Amino acid sequence: MSEPFDAVALAGAKAKGKRPYFFKDADVERVLSIVMAVAGELAVTRMRLDTLEQLLIERGIVAEADIEDFAPNAAQRAERGRWQQEYLARILRIVQQEREAIARPHEPTSEAAGERLDDA
Amino acid sequence: MPEADHDGLPDYRAVGRHAVFPNADHDQTERFNFLARLNRHLASVVLPGVADAYRQRVEPAFEHAQGRKPAHRREARQALAAEPLYQTWSALRRNTMEMRQQAGLSLVLGQRDQLIGETRRLIDEGRLRLDPQVRIPHYLSAVDHHCMPGSYYTERTADDVTAAANYDAGMFVTTGGMLGRYTDGGGRGMVEYMRRRHPNWRPRRILDLGCGLGHNVLPIAEAFADAEVVAVDVAAPMLRYGAARAASLGVDNVVFAQADAADLAEFDAASFDWIQSTMFLHETSCRALRRIMSETRRMIAPGGFVIHIEQPQYDADMPIFEQVMRDWDAFNNNEPFWTKLHDVDLDQYMIDAGFERHELFHGGVTAVVDRELFPDAADDNAEDYGRKAAWHITGAHV
Repeated sequence: MSEPFDAVALAGAKAKGKRPYFFKDADVERVLSIVMAVAGELAVTRMRLDTLEQLLIERGIVAEADIEDFAPNAAQRAERGRWQQEYLARILRIVQQEREAIARPHEPTSEAAGERLDDA
Repeated sequence: MPEADHDGLPDYRAVGRHAVFPNADHDQTERFNFLARLNRHLASVVLPGVADAYRQRVEPAFEHAQGRKPAHRREARQALAAEPLYQTWSALRRNTMEMRQQAGLSLVLGQRDQLIGETRRLIDEGRLRLDPQVRIPHYLSAVDHHCMPGSYYTERTADDVTAAANYDAGMFVTTGGMLGRYTDGGGRGMVEYMRRRHPNWRPRRILDLGCGLGHNVLPIAEAFADAEVVAVDVAAPMLRYGAARAASLGVDNVVFAQADAADLAEFDAASFDWIQSTMFLHETSCRALRRIMSETRRMIAPGGFVIHIEQPQYDADMPIFEQVMRDWDAFNNNEPFWTKLHDVDLDQYMIDAGFERHELFHGGVTAVVDRELFPDAADDNAEDYGRKAAWHITGAHV
């Protein structure tokens, strides 16, 4: 075969037939589509975590109560707090950036900046 | 207060295995579990809200503007298209189909060499008859059915079976397990129907039209083990996989043959005692349907049965909202002939093909599943409309 077999691209290929969009704004639908994919992957990860917990319990490495009653020590609490903050900052990046933009109402787009560079 | 009912879905790990069933690792399994539960949630939790919105918002607004209720499902569909809850449900449902396809394809494409190798190893030469001259009919090639990239027939590599393996692996997701361990609830339901009504009947030759990977014909072949069964389809990947799957499950009286159900000249007149199609006609066309009906009339032997099972036809007794919901897949899940098939007078098609009106009969079939693990359509209250595992028979006993 001349072209390499790209299983990742083939798995996500579009089905023949124009796709219907249901919301007034196709942008909203695109975001929903991505969010649902993420939701699916989160569920998969949660199941994997549960599998690990169950195996650890079955093999007597931890007891279920060890997990439910786990009390992080001070250093662990601090680390987990940092992780949560960074996690929230990651997923809400657009909110942060739109807020920062309020303070800079006259910023040029790169395209506008580029046009100005043409004349220079 | 009692706890709310569990959704009743079995885990994907309960799905029946055979030698060419794709292997799913932990995360691939859980991806299917998630999608099956999402489908179930959409049907049992979100969809009733769409019904409420139709009754309380959409229909009253239509009536206010037009001075009457919607008279046809086309009008109702247009009115619903502006309803936010319908939009949300539809967008989620479409998306779930696309996610299911990607999950299934990524699963099978990664193990295509093993699947193809195992298929080659299992196929008994006499049980598979491929014919490269068979053309893919326009009704299949216009769009990819149920958003399945490449449809049933695309061959991504030599002796490909990935389209079939993907279909097989993901049926559990789309139907929420309603078709049972081996996705064969329809075929098993059909066997039960025939045995109950004709306990002493022994067909010698059986023909299954549009067999796909043979999931519905295998229970029929097993129930009538002395019969010679021919299963036809146009898609080579489905037939190869079907033949290997049958061999793996120990069913040895089925020949999988590549042929167009609208042109079966290779089979003699009056040569089958039972001609069956299971959820096949809705993936054809009016022209093909006429040819299929004529061919079945020609091939059926005296005393034989021709049976088609499909979702119920739209008629005046079916509420408009239900018709719109049942029609959703036609427009949004690449089932282009669905709406037409459920509108036509199938009896008339059969009469036009030469059947006598007194030969025709109708009935109902629900999926027969292993009730230990799988939900039973007969006592299922969640209405997923066109996808419910309960079908209508249009048949002829000549």
